[in-house]
Amino acid sequence: MAAVRPMQWTPTAAAPEQDSEAGLSRRFLYYMALMREAEGRIQDKLYRQGKVLGGVYIGRGQEAIPVGAGLTTRPNDFLFPSHRDMALYFIRGVHPREVFAQYMGRAGGLTGGRDGNMHMGDMNRRISAIISALAAWIPVAAGAAMAMRYLGTSDITYAFFGDGSTSRGDWHEGVNLAAVQKAPVVLICNNNQWAYSTPLDKQMACAHVADRGPAYGIPSEIVDGNDVWAVYHATQRAADHARSGLGPYMIECKTFRMTGHSAHDPASYVPAHLFEEWARKDPIERLERLMVERGYAGRDEIDDIHAGIRQEVDEAIAWAENSPYPDPETLLDNVYETRPAGT
Amino acid sequence: MATTTYLEAIREGLWEEMERDPNVFCIGEDIAVYGGAFKVTAGFLEHFGEKRVVDTPISESAIVGAAIGAGFIGLRPVAEMQFADFITCGFDQIVNFAAKCRYRWGAGVPIVIRAPSGGGVHGGPFHSQNPEAWFAHVPGLKVLCPATAYDAKGLIKSAIRDNDPVLFFEHKALYRRIKEDLPEQEYTVPIGKAAIYRDGTDLSIITYGAMLYEASQAAGDLAAEGYSVEIVDLRTVFPLDEETVLASVRKTARAIVLHEDTLTGGIGGEVVARITEKAFEYLDAPVVRIAAPDTPVPYSSPLEQAFLPTAAKVTAKARWLLQY
Ligand SMILES: Cc1ncc(C[n+]2csc(CCOP(=O)(O)OP(=O)(O)O)c2C)c(N)n1
Repeated sequence: MAAVRPMQWTPTAAAPEQDSEAGLSRRFLYYMALMREAEGRIQDKLYRQGKVLGGVYIGRGQEAIPVGAGLTTRPNDFLFPSHRDMALYFIRGVHPREVFAQYMGRAGGLTGGRDGNMHMGDMNRRISAIISALAAWIPVAAGAAMAMRYLGTSDITYAFFGDGSTSRGDWHEGVNLAAVQKAPVVLICNNNQWAYSTPLDKQMACAHVADRGPAYGIPSEIVDGNDVWAVYHATQRAADHARSGLGPYMIECKTFRMTGHSAHDPASYVPAHLFEEWARKDPIERLERLMVERGYAGRDEIDDIHAGIRQEVDEAIAWAENSPYPDPETLLDNVYETRPAGT
Repeated sequence: MATTTYLEAIREGLWEEMERDPNVFCIGEDIAVYGGAFKVTAGFLEHFGEKRVVDTPISESAIVGAAIGAGFIGLRPVAEMQFADFITCGFDQIVNFAAKCRYRWGAGVPIVIRAPSGGGVHGGPFHSQNPEAWFAHVPGLKVLCPATAYDAKGLIKSAIRDNDPVLFFEHKALYRRIKEDLPEQEYTVPIGKAAIYRDGTDLSIITYGAMLYEASQAAGDLAAEGYSVEIVDLRTVFPLDEETVLASVRKTARAIVLHEDTLTGGIGGEVVARITEKAFEYLDAPVVRIAAPDTPVPYSSPLEQAFLPTAAKVTAKARWLLQY
């Protein structure tokens, strides 16, 4: 079978009991740095070496969003990531090996080669494989949240999306349905100010994505998306709101896409000074400075975290490269639960 | 006296499944308080409550999407499109999301989308279409088009129990026109199995949906002329029950494929292809298709009558084939 093959993985620097501010900071750093390292290897190395084929979309500079939001989730919550949220998979316990194998189209990838790049999901870990069509998962997240309430649980869904995705009809249909149903959905926008080559002011005429919330009767707030603590606290508020039956809650995380839209895109349409400006707001460096200032970790400890991650990633890539390609004999499997006669 | 209409049969099937499984629920526009545009879910709200009969905003994409999401969490949603024509607004959710989840990441999508389809009700271009072929072309979906009350009830029950996405096209013109006596005891009808609606030896008419009754009338007329016509009711248009179709054609050596959907790209082409690929040596005549012409469904009665395939058109074509 192509998918659902949980591989146990205990992140090295992320013991869940570390929920002091220092401990949480270390977990933030671990997941943000792991996402940066993994995506960096994919885009800057494996893609250029031709080992990763097809589209590569990374979230460099936006790591605080999936990490700050992701670490508020409970195991039974269901996550609907967008395409720049790799850390959510790690937080859900997806092994870096499975991620690299996914990008390389190997049998050991999360979808077993059925789909590529960040189009991966795992029912057992309650994280959805999005489809390419942007915002299509917003109604799905709404329905999943309605079902959680139907079953009498206090679980919630988290739906992630970019600023550009809020132009799609599905976004509006899904948000509106969630709102009238008071479905427990946390809506998290990464407003990185560009959608492919299109700047925000060509995407919408209101100033903020959060301005859209009140039109649906949904409380919405704007946070600094490069401040992982701010994202974490805002998401906590949103999750509490949703969990207590008050309906959806939207958070707009202001950030910047520090790369092109995808690996093939040099982003020459983005004014260079913006990259320089936002490089100074890098969420990882910012967290590290805070950790040092507050005495949560020393420089050497931080360096150790990075070194550990590099090793983990080296090992995961080696594993993935040794993972076999999927067997063409399996091509016809799993279109249906049971294969119909004549197909 | 036959008592149960096609519409009531669907209602009974739905009702029984909701009684049987607390995880089955209905979602759609105007289905709760109003009981649905055609009243299929009349009385459901009162009996099952608003948790299980959910009125939504006018958002077909969100209805299908929400059904998919609820399916992920373990429910078995039955979504209603007010008219099959509006299913286009939820097309992406159906063909890109629902149809591909299992193949991509092993996530089953146990949803049913009910959609009143078909012409003959003066509905015009946007309330008369037969969109089954759009979906039969999408791997991962199952597409049902029941013609009888018995099958409508048995198939809606099977659809709800199925772990893959099922499109259930109800023919509007049959809702109140078709009446049958249904078994007292519970039954289901298997998905993917055609039925021999009428036995015969000289010619097979392979059809589904409302055209079953045109075929039936034609077969009666031809019987008076001494011809024995077999009618295969596909019931499920995908996955296609090739075996039953081929067995019938091997017996009769002549075949007409009849549907109300327009000709080009319709299910008929697929059926004909399979017959010529797999039963060519058994044929005594070309396999012909009878379908609506390649136009939108017109509104005005004379135009709509000219558009819809009829028993007379079938009989004429059959005579030609039988003397070929
Ligand atoms: C319906 C649809 N149209 C077009 C695309 C192609 N596409 C992929 S990502 C993207 C830009 C998305 O922008 P945004 O939602 O702001 O997310 P970001 O990439 O900035 O994180 C586009 C146009 C798509 N995936 N889906």
